[in-house]
Amino acid sequence: MIEYLTSRDFLILFAKMIVIFGGVMGALAYATLLERRLMAFVQMRPGPNRVGPFGLLQPIADGLKFLFKEQTVPGNANVFLYYAAPILSMIPALLSFSVIPFGPDLKIADINVSLLLIFAITSLGVYGIVLGGWASNSKYPLMGAMRSSAQMLSYELSLTLSVVGVLMIANTLSLTNLVQSQQGTWFGFIPRWNVFLQPVGFIVYFLSGIAETNRLPFDLAESEQELVAGWHTEYSGMKFAMFFLAEYANMVTVSALAAIMFLGGWNGPMFGPWWLQMALPTIWFVSKIVVFLFIYMLVRATIPRIRYDQLMHFGWKVLLPLALANILVTSFIVAIL
Amino acid sequence: MIPLNWYLVLGAALFLLGMLGFFLKRNVISLLLSVEIMLNAVNLTFVAFSSHNGQISGQIFVFFVLVVAAAEAAVGLALVIAMFRNRETLNVDRSNLLKW
Amino acid sequence: MIELLFLLFAAVAVGSAINVLVQKHVLYSSLSLIVLLTAISALFILLQAEFLAVINVIVYAGAIMVLFVFVIMLLNLPADEDGADRLRWLKLIGIPMGLFLLLMVARTVWRVEGTAAAPDLAGTPQAIGASLFTDYLLPFELTSLLILIALMGAVVFAKKEL
Repeated sequence: MIEYLTSRDFLILFAKMIVIFGGVMGALAYATLLERRLMAFVQMRPGPNRVGPFGLLQPIADGLKFLFKEQTVPGNANVFLYYAAPILSMIPALLSFSVIPFGPDLKIADINVSLLLIFAITSLGVYGIVLGGWASNSKYPLMGAMRSSAQMLSYELSLTLSVVGVLMIANTLSLTNLVQSQQGTWFGFIPRWNVFLQPVGFIVYFLSGIAETNRLPFDLAESEQELVAGWHTEYSGMKFAMFFLAEYANMVTVSALAAIMFLGGWNGPMFGPWWLQMALPTIWFVSKIVVFLFIYMLVRATIPRIRYDQLMHFGWKVLLPLALANILVTSFIVAIL
Repeated sequence: MIPLNWYLVLGAALFLLGMLGFFLKRNVISLLLSVEIMLNAVNLTFVAFSSHNGQISGQIFVFFVLVVAAAEAAVGLALVIAMFRNRETLNVDRSNLLKW
Repeated sequence: MIELLFLLFAAVAVGSAINVLVQKHVLYSSLSLIVLLTAISALFILLQAEFLAVINVIVYAGAIMVLFVFVIMLLNLPADEDGADRLRWLKLIGIPMGLFLLLMVARTVWRVEGTAAAPDLAGTPQAIGASLFTDYLLPFELTSLLILIALMGAVVFAKKEL
């Protein structure tokens, strides 16, 4: 085993891990800044722009603030679960990035069921919220946690069913193969993206993704107007920062999966000298993720929150039948053609 | 490749732990959890046999065990809710009205 | 190397199973069961059944155990009281007898071997799907009917007034 750990393959893998993990953590920190600036522009105010040029040092200032805050535990709270809940929320959120291909060679692991693995890992993310709400021993977190667990369970169904159409077309569960099946163009200029073949699947997937990550308009668990702060009311300091980062990491995971399955992943027109061509797939992929993050944040800034019963109705009676009908129609067309 | 008998002994140990929990616990939800442990031990044994004998039907059967476990957990928990509403305790020793 | 992984996951599985039985509060037992499920999924991956491992996590640890945790929180169950344990003697005799039973079973099971030239089986979705939808189609449809019945049964049982 020692000879593997010092071999060239492992060192390249380790370098990839550092690049991907560092890039993702930096992106999460700056996603918070992007969100605040974007929402501020929608609301016709400047947003945080004092801390550095254009507010670029704001995430660092936020991180330092979280580090130096006092660690409190509410009275009568379940101390073990109280400390464990942010960890349980953070680990699945970050683990999904181990199988996402950021480029033809820039991926940590390539397994043949990687799409299902990401769904499995995100379904374990429910526990962080549920246990965080329970451990705080207070009424607002408990209500937020119960609502959130029911919501996440319901929308997981339409999430997984909406991608079955894509899987039938591409015939694989591996994310790298899904990206490779979308190479090339039709008629020379329309790229072979699955969004043109599966528009209903794309819409259902993205709406379920917004509901899975507890973002507006589906953020009943955290509704600021009703539940103070929902399941993370009693959390402050670094534990709150971990919940916060876990939510953004989930957003980036959903966006990355949408980009891979429906928008072609790292495919894109290649141009330029050889050193640009090495970085270009990653640049295309990251820009597609940023497009989805923009959509997430603009939706948060504009659309009102829907009520709990409306949310359940939407998940079970609208999105789930739509996803099933999508599977039916796609299977007919794939079988005939 | 790990020898088959290691997996079978592990499956037997887990099944036995589930059985002990089923006999020695009084809380209804603990009984349901012990049943889940037993089902998981059986799943492990099925997959071990399927992998060592080269047949896929062991893994297919695990699917059915999983489905049955899901159905049984759902109905069991609904019964637990009904039981708790009626007698405020989840101790199985207290549900003894049919004893003579 | 792979034996080390097996021993690690087996130790985690047995340890969390013991923890399920030992804990007083039923919420901690459920969380230990989730650890057991992930350890079993890891053992499935060691057995080259990766599709089943992921399905185990999605269905069992991600949905059924959330149901358990949800019900435990809904009913707001207290930890089991520390009073006189009526099953004290049963536990005192039962656990050693159970270990003896395990010893007997393990002695018998230790002699089992797989078939000599086992082909390399990969638990890919293609292999499982090809078998599930052709040879095992009838049990598949019957289990979906079973789930429908369980769904109706659970809704009826949990109603406040029938």
